[in-house]
Amino acid sequence: MKVSKEEILHIAKLADLNLEESEIDTYILNLQDILNFANIVNNAPVEGLKETIAAQDTYNVFRKDEIKESMERDELLQNAPEKQEGMFKIPKVL
Amino acid sequence: MDITELTVHELQDKLKNKELTVQEITSAYINRIHEKEKDVQAFITVTDKEAMEKAKLVQEKIESGEIQNSLAGIPIGIKDNICTKGIKTTCASKMLENFVSPYDATVVENLNKENIISLGKLNMDEFAMGGSTEYSYFKKTRNPWNLNKVPGGSSGGSAAAVAAGMVPWALGSDTGGSIRQPASFCGIVGLKPTYGLVSRYGLVAFASSLDQIGTLTKDVEDAAILLNVIAGHDEKDTTSANIEKIDYTKSLKNDVKGLKIGIPKEYFAEGINKEVKESIEQVIEKYKSLGAIIEDCSLDVAQYALATYYIIACAEASSNLGRFDGIRYGYRAEKFDDLKSLFRNSRSEGFGKEVKRRIILGTYVLSSGYYDAYYKKAQQVRTLVKNEFAKNFSKYDVILIPTSPTVAFDIGAKSNNPLEMYLSDICTVSINIAGLPGISVPCGLDKEGLPIGFQLVGNYFDEKTILNAAYTYEQNTNFKENKPQFKN
Repeated sequence: MKVSKEEILHIAKLADLNLEESEIDTYILNLQDILNFANIVNNAPVEGLKETIAAQDTYNVFRKDEIKESMERDELLQNAPEKQEGMFKIPKVL
Repeated sequence: MDITELTVHELQDKLKNKELTVQEITSAYINRIHEKEKDVQAFITVTDKEAMEKAKLVQEKIESGEIQNSLAGIPIGIKDNICTKGIKTTCASKMLENFVSPYDATVVENLNKENIISLGKLNMDEFAMGGSTEYSYFKKTRNPWNLNKVPGGSSGGSAAAVAAGMVPWALGSDTGGSIRQPASFCGIVGLKPTYGLVSRYGLVAFASSLDQIGTLTKDVEDAAILLNVIAGHDEKDTTSANIEKIDYTKSLKNDVKGLKIGIPKEYFAEGINKEVKESIEQVIEKYKSLGAIIEDCSLDVAQYALATYYIIACAEASSNLGRFDGIRYGYRAEKFDDLKSLFRNSRSEGFGKEVKRRIILGTYVLSSGYYDAYYKKAQQVRTLVKNEFAKNFSKYDVILIPTSPTVAFDIGAKSNNPLEMYLSDICTVSINIAGLPGISVPCGLDKEGLPIGFQLVGNYFDEKTILNAAYTYEQNTNFKENKPQFKN
């Protein structure tokens, strides 16, 4: 399994990560190693088997639609690097 | 009497008989932390002041009769990916270096209801990704049996702290072996419950369909006691199972006559260290002599399990860790030009190498063109793994395998070779893939004096059977008497 420099940069972009020029080769080698190893799943006899997405087969778990006390806004904002008037502050988008 | 060598059930007896006060117990552990932390490096945050204040309060309430439950005043350590209100929860990452959770995890609420006293937050691999606790941003925890060895991981701080007597027991989390493997490396008992038995609310998510909170304790009875505290339905976690609560201590019968134990041959093949294998063969003989029925069996999906695990875990991690964007909480880069570069720079500077590696792998296997070949295939293999276990549990009550193919390895031996590090999870991951409960129990020391553990796997929500099997072994052997030597 070969991974190209373009490919790893594309994946890093999708994951919102910058890769230093000096790290790229190591990441490519690591990814190739792991993918070569992971390829074994393609030998598994899985034809016709459904996919398992969770340990249990629960599906759509609902709770009662009741009004409850929620957490304090200030507490929820306490870890924000920047905030203003009870809101998270972000750089200008438009 | 050294208080820090006692188990929790022994501490409970001494509190009940008024041989010890809560303050005496708490200060004994705090002194032990101060004495051993320089060698072991198990803690990220020590909450000694808070603990002493609470100890005083709890002792007063015990004396006035206001508190009557038998765990009040027992100390604990908590892995640093479990949220604690008002106390930092860092996940051993620069990303969350200053993060203070605005709420308690459900398991922490449960501890608080019992008036169990937290002594602090324990080291781990960053975001629980690793098997040696070397990937912590803050420090490398060392194995109390030999300080040049890793304690295992990712709950390495929890395991080392219990083994070193710095806490009587601890909470950890297990996504692919992160409780059982360090428990085995540190010579203690590690229990990963069935997926859904313990609420994950407030556990910082790594791979949501695999993560489970569990216990690290000195013996099996303590594991049953702590499981009683943390198990139970929680509507804040939609994957939490709504089943009846039982008292796990009642399942400890010291009797395995007629218990059917399956031994899957695939887990004793190449790659398993000779001394580990021999030690576990003796465990099997012990169970035979105690009246259990032992049979060889097959779990031929074992060969696919590790690859499946890394595909699924990394895919889920790449999605879960998308939340760290430098906006609502966590590290924010100082330099950025716009919103997108704020995200990117914060994530690139805040995450460590292994975390980035896994996000990249996860993003890759989910990306178009590769989804079918990796992620979809892995989810189908997951069905296969579940089916294979189900077949075995139609014949056996318990499956017995090694916890880890080796004993604790040298610090630095694997930290630059990700694939080799992943291989140390080979005996534990399939249990997470299937969502089953597993417990690691000490069964001896190798020639170098490093602990070996074996693993019992049970059917869904059948913790009582593996707890009893583990307890029976422990009661009829004396491996729990072995104590770490802090060799240098």
